[in-house]
Amino acid sequence: MSQFPAGTQVDPAVARRAQRLFMAVLAVIAALLVVRAWVGSDVGSGANTQVVHGFGMVYVEQQGATHVQVPASTWADAVAADPAQQKVAVSWPRTFGIWMAAFLTIAVLSFLWRDNPLYKLAESVVVGVSAGYVMATAVWSSLIDQVFGKLAPELTREYLSPGLAVGDRDWWALVPLALGMLLLCRLSSKLSWVGMFPLAFVVGVFSGWRFVQYVESDLVAQLATMFDPLYVPGPTMAATVGGTLCAVLVLVGVLSVLAYFFFSLEHTGAVGGAARVGIWYLMITFGASFGFTVMGRIALLAARLEFLFDDWLWLIDPSGKH
Amino acid sequence: MAPRDGQSSFLQRLDRIDRRWIFLAMLLAVAAPILWVGVTGKTFPEEPTPAVQGAFDAVEALPADARVLISMDFDPASAGELQPMATAIVRHCVLRGHRICAMTLWPAGGPIIDGTMQDVLGGRTDFTYGERWVNLGYRAGFEGVMKQMNAHVSLAYANDVRKTPLEQIPMMKGIDGIADFDMLVSISAGYAGAKEWVQYSVSPTLTGRKPLKFVAGSTGVQTPQLIPYYPNQMAGILGAIKGAAEYEYLVNQAVLKADPGAVVPPRFQEAQRRMAPQLFGHVLMVLLIVLGNVVFVGLRPREARA
Repeated sequence: MSQFPAGTQVDPAVARRAQRLFMAVLAVIAALLVVRAWVGSDVGSGANTQVVHGFGMVYVEQQGATHVQVPASTWADAVAADPAQQKVAVSWPRTFGIWMAAFLTIAVLSFLWRDNPLYKLAESVVVGVSAGYVMATAVWSSLIDQVFGKLAPELTREYLSPGLAVGDRDWWALVPLALGMLLLCRLSSKLSWVGMFPLAFVVGVFSGWRFVQYVESDLVAQLATMFDPLYVPGPTMAATVGGTLCAVLVLVGVLSVLAYFFFSLEHTGAVGGAARVGIWYLMITFGASFGFTVMGRIALLAARLEFLFDDWLWLIDPSGKH
Repeated sequence: MAPRDGQSSFLQRLDRIDRRWIFLAMLLAVAAPILWVGVTGKTFPEEPTPAVQGAFDAVEALPADARVLISMDFDPASAGELQPMATAIVRHCVLRGHRICAMTLWPAGGPIIDGTMQDVLGGRTDFTYGERWVNLGYRAGFEGVMKQMNAHVSLAYANDVRKTPLEQIPMMKGIDGIADFDMLVSISAGYAGAKEWVQYSVSPTLTGRKPLKFVAGSTGVQTPQLIPYYPNQMAGILGAIKGAAEYEYLVNQAVLKADPGAVVPPRFQEAQRRMAPQLFGHVLMVLLIVLGNVVFVGLRPREARA
């Protein structure tokens, strides 16, 4: 139950009070949901208003062979015009999807309270679905289209990938197929050594690519900017001062951080001073990275809460969906 | 006044506070502004930073009918941050009359391309598939795909998602290597994404006949890694949801400038709506950091005595 690191004292009375409060909050939320469903929601406007005792529902309109999601007000207008109409209707699969998404969102967030079976379930579902989706996508886009489609074009188009544009048979596709098969040998204790060959190929190719591209884009191109003039004229005096100051700060930052990571000289005197400036640069950089990370995490939380309030609970409607 | 035996001081109680109170405070700090913005419809004005302005200007500077390759290298896990910027950039390109070639290096990116194009185009019938835009879909291989596309796009993509060979798609006429596009945009959540595009496809063209214009949109976590590439190796960066909000604001202002009576649909203000929860979340974070340091400094003499 303890949320504290090992060795930290926990006041059991405080923990009990916190647990009671959280359970009370959950009970209030559940009660509000029941009341919300009982009161219902007005959908549509004017004489076409319909009351639905639910939320998180998705309405679709048939357009040709497909169904396109439409605002609930469209459904209300259609029903008011013709109660027997079937063109705009509730999409039960998509409604189920909204409820599943809401359930999984809450289940994942419940980990903040403590580890629990709902969180474990959501975690397993996400991992399983992601792995399954990636594997299916890789099989169909790579193995079927790129390998089988080149080795047996007509057969692939006839039985596996209808509509696939095929050309002449390309026997070179046997090479990646063979490397892939060899990689599977890693699963066998006796033949695992065979799997080293495709691994070595992959590591070698990527090392070569990365070496060249890092040197070109991260070393040479970045180093070139160090030879830019320190005086940066701008359209205004403020822009000139700002640009020049930035150029000087970049140069000082590069030299001082290099000094910090240069261990062949003892960090005393001028080198020590430069290294200390380098530490400040590094700390500010880590702080900026932390700030960006916080922004990213809050953005993700905001997106999930907006989904819960808008798509599921219909408490807000910023996008005019219902 | 020193605490009596068996009684904790205020600082000690703060030091031992159950971290779930902090989670609850963060939940409220983010949820309340969402509800407020959702009910009132108000958003904060944005002041574009040079990196976002650079991205906007780069798209503006392209001639009409320019061909823009947009790689949406993210999945639903990062959509909260990146979807608004994908929508804003695609919308900007559509408004400017550019042609869009969409692709992804992430397996789950396919449906994101479909959803983004549907969001932006809505019921528009003049932006025809094949002539104004094309969806190449997902291709496995990360940097391998980039290297192939540098030489010949058709090496990586023999056909689009509808299984139409590239040579039969009108808007792909004249496209051989990636440098034949007028601009490359990568909206990415990590590997493979904007950094790899700079390294493998953009940097090799910088010393060549036609440098490839590049704009990146990235998650907050990835943005600091990309900033050194600006402005020499990329025209602009949209960093995290803040960058998306600024870009969205610029596009909406351009629409309103062209037609003062226009109404901006709420779906094109998604990032701007997320800035209010950002503000309150960050204020709470700053307060917590200050409070944590006050507790640390306040308890230090007592712990030293102990």
